[in-house]
Amino acid sequence: MTMPGAKGRVIVIGASAAGLTVAQELRRHGYTGEVQLIGDEEHLPYDRPPLSKQLLTGAWEADRLYLTSRDRLADLDVEVRLSKHAVALDIGSTGVGPVVRLDDGTELTSDSVVIATGCSPRQLPGTKPAITGLHTLRTLTDAQRLRDELGTGRRIVVIGGGFLGMEVAAVARTSGTQVTIISPGQPMVGAVGPAVGAALAELHTENGVRMLIGCPVEEITADTDRVTGVRLADGYRISCDTVVVAIGASPNTDWLTGSGLRIDDGVLCDATLLAAPGVYAAGDVARWRDPRSGQLIRVEHRMHAAESAAVVAANIMGQDLVYVPVPFWWSDQYSAKIQFYGWPSVAAHLWQGDLADRKAVVLYSNENGCLTGVLGWNSIKATRSARELLIAGACLGDVGRTKPLDAG
Amino acid sequence: MHIKVDVERCVGGGQCVLSAPRLFDQDDDDGTVILLAQPEPGEEDDARQAARVCPAAAIEIID
Repeated sequence: MTMPGAKGRVIVIGASAAGLTVAQELRRHGYTGEVQLIGDEEHLPYDRPPLSKQLLTGAWEADRLYLTSRDRLADLDVEVRLSKHAVALDIGSTGVGPVVRLDDGTELTSDSVVIATGCSPRQLPGTKPAITGLHTLRTLTDAQRLRDELGTGRRIVVIGGGFLGMEVAAVARTSGTQVTIISPGQPMVGAVGPAVGAALAELHTENGVRMLIGCPVEEITADTDRVTGVRLADGYRISCDTVVVAIGASPNTDWLTGSGLRIDDGVLCDATLLAAPGVYAAGDVARWRDPRSGQLIRVEHRMHAAESAAVVAANIMGQDLVYVPVPFWWSDQYSAKIQFYGWPSVAAHLWQGDLADRKAVVLYSNENGCLTGVLGWNSIKATRSARELLIAGACLGDVGRTKPLDAG
Repeated sequence: MHIKVDVERCVGGGQCVLSAPRLFDQDDDDGTVILLAQPEPGEEDDARQAARVCPAAAIEIID
């Protein structure tokens, strides 16, 4: 902990939304020590959700994604170092703060370190990542490369039916690309449950996407160094020019091996996001026990990056805030604007509208019949009302008529 | 303090309305942000909270 107003130094590892917000919030709280923001990409902090939306469609260029500028960082007296990887953390001992080592050999002593290193896309086991035409999507550079592969006459295979894969498929299809989605199970089920997942899959099919569900990928085929297609475990072959692997992301914690921090699908923290004395985690990389559900959780949504970062900054300043978020995410697929507050659950209920009309609000309930999450499909304001029910701790008996969608 | 909103960036998350209901509303049709008022003294923290939690970075606070 750093006392408000005391000189000191906070090192933030990771210069994306979470890292930047920590720096901004420290200054807002009146922190007068040094703040250093270390990023491994060449870019200043930028917004990632548009990468699979406006940037990929070409509606926006990269300059619209930046969340800050060098001038603004200078005004905040935040020192930013880009294209630098943190390679080790010594969490320090009594009287000595944490020390970060960078790939150029620099050692940075500090009072507090914030780990905001995010995630990296999972790769398909056994594939050579260097093949031309084989893509993942996480960074601005990834999105710019992928954008060049879309268009009429091009053929793309998207591996993975999560919302990144589905958004990429929707953008690709809208641009005239021939699109196949390969998903191990019904798309989006983990995020929205079977009923809404099926309705989303139908939307893709209607738009001309071919959906192959339930057959694992055996191999990505290539001709010298260019993707030629995908072979499935049952021998079926799909020819294509481009493959996008969108099978989830893993927290970037390799550099923390041997640091003494507990690493288990993320940096394990307490509910104040403290991982060790003077060491915090924010954004996608943090994992903590949610006081409400008692579960260990990790959240990869954009709003969580900023909210968790704000809690970390307040706690560095001596507060003791417990982080209990109501996660929010949204997804744009064709004309569908999906919004989600909270967590999906075993049972889903239609509250307003109808999935067939592509305008609906769906409530998710736990085994006690109480709400865990709400989903809106082209129903912005009604979804906000549903969120209020969720926050109030409502159960199905409190919300009026509902119709079961997914059985609990 | 002055608030600037970028309607094109807005994703209709409604977090601003939850943070500062006197300053923000959402369009009935597409849910995008409507700036109702500039912050009065005492509302600055709510305005900053709205900008911070906006998932689309669509709210800018100009001091």
